[in-house]
Amino acid sequence: MSTRLRELIRSVRACKTAAEERALVAKESAAIRASLKDAEAHYSHRNVAKLMYLHMLGYPTHWGQMECVTLIARASFPEKRIGYLGLMVLLDERQEVTMMVTNTIKNDLKHRNHFIAGLALCALGNICTAEMARDVAPEVASLLHSKNSYVRKKAALCSVRIVKKVPDLADEFVPGTSELLSDRHHGVLLCAVTLALELCVLDQAHVTHFRKHVPVLVKILMSLIRAGYSAEHDVGGHADPFLQVKLLRLLAKLGAGDADASDAMSDVLANVASNTDGSKNAGNAILYEAVNAIIGTESVGGLRVLAVNILGRFLGNKDNNIRYVALNTLAKVVAVDTQAVQRHRHTIVECVKDSDVTIRRSALQLVYALVNDSNIKTLAKELLDYLGVADVEFKSDLTRRIAQLITKYAPDRRWHVDTMVELLSKGGSYVAEEEARDFIVLITNSPELQGYAGRALFRAAFESEQHSNRFQLSAVAAWVLGEYGDAVVAQSTRLQGEVHTVIAEADVVKLLESILGDYHAPTAVKQVAITALAKLGTRFKTQTSAVRGAMGKVGTSANVELQQRASEFCGIFDRGPALAVPLLERLPPFVMKSKEALHGVAGRGKHEGTAVHSAPGGGGGTAGGVGDLLGDFAGLDDSVPSSAAAGGTGGGADLLGDLMAGYDATPGYAATPTGASVDPLADLMGGVSMQPTTTATAADPFAGGAAAADPLGDLMGTGAPLLAPQTRPQPAADPLADLMGGIAATPAAPPPMNAAAFDGAPPAATPSFIAFAKDGVEVSFVCAKPDPMDPSKTTVTATTVNRGGVPLLGYVLQAAVPKTMSLSMRAASGDSIPANGTVTQRLDVTNSQHGTKALAMRLRLAWNAGGAAVVEQATVDFPPGL
Amino acid sequence: MTVRFVLLVNKQGQTRLAHYNEIVPKAERRQIEGEMVRKCLTRSDKQCSIVEHRGMKVIYRRYASLFFIVGVDEHENELAVHEFIHCVVETLDRHFGNVCELDIMFHLEKAHYILEEMVTNGQIVETNKSIVLGQTVMYDPPPEK
Repeated sequence: MSTRLRELIRSVRACKTAAEERALVAKESAAIRASLKDAEAHYSHRNVAKLMYLHMLGYPTHWGQMECVTLIARASFPEKRIGYLGLMVLLDERQEVTMMVTNTIKNDLKHRNHFIAGLALCALGNICTAEMARDVAPEVASLLHSKNSYVRKKAALCSVRIVKKVPDLADEFVPGTSELLSDRHHGVLLCAVTLALELCVLDQAHVTHFRKHVPVLVKILMSLIRAGYSAEHDVGGHADPFLQVKLLRLLAKLGAGDADASDAMSDVLANVASNTDGSKNAGNAILYEAVNAIIGTESVGGLRVLAVNILGRFLGNKDNNIRYVALNTLAKVVAVDTQAVQRHRHTIVECVKDSDVTIRRSALQLVYALVNDSNIKTLAKELLDYLGVADVEFKSDLTRRIAQLITKYAPDRRWHVDTMVELLSKGGSYVAEEEARDFIVLITNSPELQGYAGRALFRAAFESEQHSNRFQLSAVAAWVLGEYGDAVVAQSTRLQGEVHTVIAEADVVKLLESILGDYHAPTAVKQVAITALAKLGTRFKTQTSAVRGAMGKVGTSANVELQQRASEFCGIFDRGPALAVPLLERLPPFVMKSKEALHGVAGRGKHEGTAVHSAPGGGGGTAGGVGDLLGDFAGLDDSVPSSAAAGGTGGGADLLGDLMAGYDATPGYAATPTGASVDPLADLMGGVSMQPTTTATAADPFAGGAAAADPLGDLMGTGAPLLAPQTRPQPAADPLADLMGGIAATPAAPPPMNAAAFDGAPPAATPSFIAFAKDGVEVSFVCAKPDPMDPSKTTVTATTVNRGGVPLLGYVLQAAVPKTMSLSMRAASGDSIPANGTVTQRLDVTNSQHGTKALAMRLRLAWNAGGAAVVEQATVDFPPGL
Repeated sequence: MTVRFVLLVNKQGQTRLAHYNEIVPKAERRQIEGEMVRKCLTRSDKQCSIVEHRGMKVIYRRYASLFFIVGVDEHENELAVHEFIHCVVETLDRHFGNVCELDIMFHLEKAHYILEEMVTNGQIVETNKSIVLGQTVMYDPPPEK
């Protein structure tokens, strides 16, 4: 039994739970379905009404669409009415129903009852598809000329839909629209203006066409402004503000880019702008649209000033809606006329502090657009002040914007430094890493400001010690203090007018210590701090022991990364200043504004901060070199400690080898017998190939051999063993090692002893033997067992000596082993051998059948001597026992 | 398309009338209505009644327990829409005589008719209350047997 809509609503409202409601709706839907099925004609009206109600509640009602189709075809107006309404409300993305109603609608369009024609037009305007549009376009176009205003206005809006669906049909409607633009009926006029606007949007040609109507439109608008009170159209003392707004909008469209049209409407625009009373919302709506029109057209300067002044007035309005639109419009104006907007800067900045978040957001956008060279100081200050109180959701965007603005408009570097320090202390962790990095780049490039910036950062870091988001500041401060600690404490770097702060060396160390001791500080920040501390250890002569003490503390850190680093630095300090000082030298200035370089470093991921610090010998390299080196170090960091200890094959390991070489060759540690002035950094930088001294060449056997147990190996690799009691090689071992390394190249050398022997490792290296000798080219092999537990592994160091007197170019050594063995070759120390020069290369061989089969290898050598290419092959006779 | 939808929502967030000017799938409709309730109803009187939402502007006005929420295109005149909401309310008021939430709920179809006379295809058709209400006389359903 069918119930009335009213009863349905009541029972739905009486439902206490959602489940109850669902059950009720299911029951009711079933009843409606049954009623539709039985074609109970007298209930169809209420059925559709109920369906609409269920639809609003969000229940499926698509099955009722067909009922609407039937209702539309009825003769009675109320039934037709609800049928159309149901169709418009219930229709979903399935379009079949619209096809079915096309015919009925077409008939209704021609109905002599204008309400029915109006209904059909309204329905078409809401639901018509492209197909239907083509079908009904002629009828609708003719209805634009209907005698009845009700039909005319609906036809105009229906046309909007048609031309939007099928733009090709637009021309059909242009004449009718032109005619309607001079209609006297407000509703019709409103719809006609809407249609004209739509046509203008579709095609620029229509804009030209409708420009002819500017005088008519101006006249209508003028009469609306001057019209006395008429109860029908009055809204808050304005005659039909909706029509005025629409007219202004069309005028703006027609006047855009056309001086004549703009000129023709300038009077009326001035009239609207100056005579409309802005005390009510309706009046402000008109004023707002007039401002849009003035800005959008080619108005004269005076008119524009008037428009911006209206917006200025809006900004002072108490109504937030009005301030909101004013801010949005000013944001549009600022692109065209910054100067005019600048006058309202103070009011705009006030809006940034408004209690309404929407206003604040709009105002901020506008402030960003307003900043320029002349006002950056004031506005940056305002923005920084605001940053302290801004909503959390704004902060990251705000800090980013401030940093961008500072970078773009900073009048001088000192101000830049001051402001960035303030941003770091106020923005805290909201300051993006990239901005912090840019700031560091700036400092590295401003030698005169390094001490100043360091002091400013020191103060800021000191003051913000209790802030929860201080760590970005801590990181930057630690970095700068580490690099330029000596400049920070030096009074000579004081700038004129600088806040007087005397910072002692101990204070700086204490600050870094406090960062390291802070439980909340992220590891990355601590890594920066520990490197800074290490650097200061070499610069602050009075603080060496304090630095050592702090390092020692971190050496017991639960964080492996920090522990390792601390131990490494301790190890470096142990070796004396000759190693530590050049290793911990100041970094060269980074390349400014080179985005790729910066991003390259950023790409190293989390290790970036530490990597920058770990580039100890960067002094000799270019920025690019630093980048590469960082990459290697970062790679090393990533793979710690296993791969480094195991002598992994990555670039980092190679560097490690070189680093060890440099270490062994340290002249200050033990007098190198070679007497050559060896620059350890040259080795560090991979300078082995560049500086073929005997020491450098000697390095590799130890890098490759069992010498991996060397303290520096520990230093770079595991770190932890340093803490454990460890048998250090006796100092005497080193010169000896160098010595024998140096002479290892010469076959006449006495059997070299291995440094590893002093570490208690079993003697694993065999005497060198000649693997190949011809035409003055000699290849000698030194074999070693890197792993005493695994005799199947053999490390071969091949040293090629050129005794021929002619430099060998393009020297390549290739080796092949039987299938039962595996071979991996490292890069050679060079590809050309000068007369009496040497090149070394390391080969790792694993013999899977150790004990049953002896090592075997074939060599292929190629070089270019004096223009002649030579290729030689040889079989290596390994001594027994390998 | 300027006016995308007109929603009437009560203070509890229940939809009392939903008038869409484009075809919106059911799931999306629910979503929009939910978002609107969350966004508009939580704002205080002091905040502006314009909310930016998914590339459109949503303008709302509150009348006693009922929120009138209108979603329009981005470049629409917000103040005019704000005024238009009031015009709709006045029209409903004149028809129902001091309109309240229940009037709209129990005469849903009439509210729709009135709204439809004022907005078609997302455009304002008529703001003259007498003309809008002139049609409604004929809307009453046939007497039920």
